[in-house]
Amino acid sequence: MSRVFVPGDALAVALGADGVAEALVNAGAEIVRTGSRGMAWLEPLIEVEIVGGRVGYGPVSAGDVAGLLAAGMLSGGAHALFLGHIDDHEWMRAQTRITFARCGVVDPLSVDDYVAHGGLRGLKRALEIGYAATIEQIARSGLRGRGGAGFPAGIKWKGAADAQADSKYVVCNADEGDSGTFADRMLMEGDPMSLIEGIAIAAFAIGASKAFVYSRSEYPHANATFAKALAAVRATGGLGAHAFGPNSPFEIELRIGAGAYVCGEETALLESLEGKRGQVRAKPPLPVHAGLFGKPTVINNVLTLATAPWILTHGAEAYAAVGHDRSRGTMPIQLAGNVKFPGLYEAPFGLTLGQIVNEIGGGTASGRPVRAVQCGGPLGAYFPPSLFDTPYDYEAFAARDGLIGHGGIVVFDDSVDMATQARFAMEFCAVESCGKCTPCRIGSVRGQEVIDRIVSGENRSSDIALLEDLCQTLKLGSLCALGGFTPYPVLSALGYFPEDFQRKPAQNGGGLKR
Amino acid sequence: MHKAWDDAAADRVLGAFSPTQDQLLPMLHALQAEFGWIAAEAVPILASKLNLSRAEVHGVISFYHDFRREPAGRIVVKLCRAEACQAMGGREMAEAVLAHFKLGWGDTNCDRSVTIEPVYCLGLCAVAPAALVNGAPRARVEPARLIADIEAMR
Repeated sequence: MSRVFVPGDALAVALGADGVAEALVNAGAEIVRTGSRGMAWLEPLIEVEIVGGRVGYGPVSAGDVAGLLAAGMLSGGAHALFLGHIDDHEWMRAQTRITFARCGVVDPLSVDDYVAHGGLRGLKRALEIGYAATIEQIARSGLRGRGGAGFPAGIKWKGAADAQADSKYVVCNADEGDSGTFADRMLMEGDPMSLIEGIAIAAFAIGASKAFVYSRSEYPHANATFAKALAAVRATGGLGAHAFGPNSPFEIELRIGAGAYVCGEETALLESLEGKRGQVRAKPPLPVHAGLFGKPTVINNVLTLATAPWILTHGAEAYAAVGHDRSRGTMPIQLAGNVKFPGLYEAPFGLTLGQIVNEIGGGTASGRPVRAVQCGGPLGAYFPPSLFDTPYDYEAFAARDGLIGHGGIVVFDDSVDMATQARFAMEFCAVESCGKCTPCRIGSVRGQEVIDRIVSGENRSSDIALLEDLCQTLKLGSLCALGGFTPYPVLSALGYFPEDFQRKPAQNGGGLKR
Repeated sequence: MHKAWDDAAADRVLGAFSPTQDQLLPMLHALQAEFGWIAAEAVPILASKLNLSRAEVHGVISFYHDFRREPAGRIVVKLCRAEACQAMGGREMAEAVLAHFKLGWGDTNCDRSVTIEPVYCLGLCAVAPAALVNGAPRARVEPARLIADIEAMR
């Protein structure tokens, strides 16, 4: 009988996918729980295996199941929710799925399914060509850190490989705290084996036998899926005493954070893994020289590591062949907030911001005009539509005082009040500051007060100058990106939307929305 | 759900871990899973197990937003306050829910039935605004519907 693929991704579950799965099972259908394809507005999107491929139906609710089955869904029958072959769907076809090629397609907990879809070829190749050639492949591919900093992965790996120590570590940063981002979560739920393979490649390349994945407590579903995936790989011998060959052990341990945003910063994450307060470390020493427990450590984002298997399998040149300028390869762009077609869209670098928001995203969900787009999470700048010609790449965004960060794009319509958004950026910094350095710990509190005074209308021009000055202090005087980048949303709101800071107090009710 | 502190139960929970400092967060998660909160009695026990000062253990517990130093309600509602949810009416949604239960952020009501906590991103940004009710994810939250569901659980 035809199998039905039902997403088990947290987003689909939040929209009722578990009820759909239950209704299908009760009706006698054979189901496979997968990840999500990334078209959030069509979730829960179920697929049916028929002759010639897989066809989709969505968005499906539990109440639709009886009607779908009566319409002959199991043989691809016509129905109002019929979407055709998902691979041919306009939104999917235009993508270049490298990191997310298997997400939503495979059974995330089946090693056999993973191998059947090209998995484990990258690790096999790495073991064949040796560690130096493996690092050379990563370096030549141009892969840069997808967590946000964009540091070349090959250079980081070489640094740790060259370091002399009795033990080394790979740490996967899965502490995806940026609002508007969910790619790490989707991958851990939809294709966790590619992350496990990528971590194994990195560990082999630098000579580590132990790796940690540091995830978030806010992702209970992803953590449960990833833990099961680790157990499935361990059961096949892919982890354990002979993972890299006879008596060549390798193990991955999943650790869960405890609600601190700052632990997404790599040195705070290392402190947290060591059982301490998640306070940022001063650099140098760099983690590749003295990281976890003082040992050489490669710390990379989920997406960076999960892309390594593809690069090893298909070759560095194939990956470097796509992209824009110095940003090579693809970026899993995450479209969120007030956008008509939200979801995950993997494409080579180089699309313009306007193409992403208006063409791929279809503009706002509310149908009102787009007013601002926050790129790169809570520490990213708010871009107005006048900057929609900016190409999506690391340097082009930096040149306009923005960042692409971890690939999140949050769209706001014209009902947004940008003074409120600026104040929130300061508030978030105050809530999440680790407290180690003064500009971040105290400046963020003073920043909220100054914005409150600006909006209330007293001493406006001198307070605006004071806010700009405070932002410079945060930018230049903070140890990490939390304090250092909080000025981006604040100054971009102030610079591109000054009218929101200039309203008469009566017009905004004498204060801000909280 | 929360339970009163119990030395024997705590000992059983902590017995599964090796006594090294890097196990402190896993230990705290395990204690909170068992009791629903981290009672003050846990501090000297953890300090002695891990050869740390009580101040160090207290510093870790108080640093992380997740660790509760008092019991929570039976129903823990986490409402996302971050930007993607703001763009879809998250602020107004949170205000309506807090006002209905007459609670502030992080508060628990008198009969210990409901706790409402802020959370900064659940990764459900494409179906905002989002919430987590006793661990179950909720998308495109409409305040009236969420309030009715919580009331039905009380």
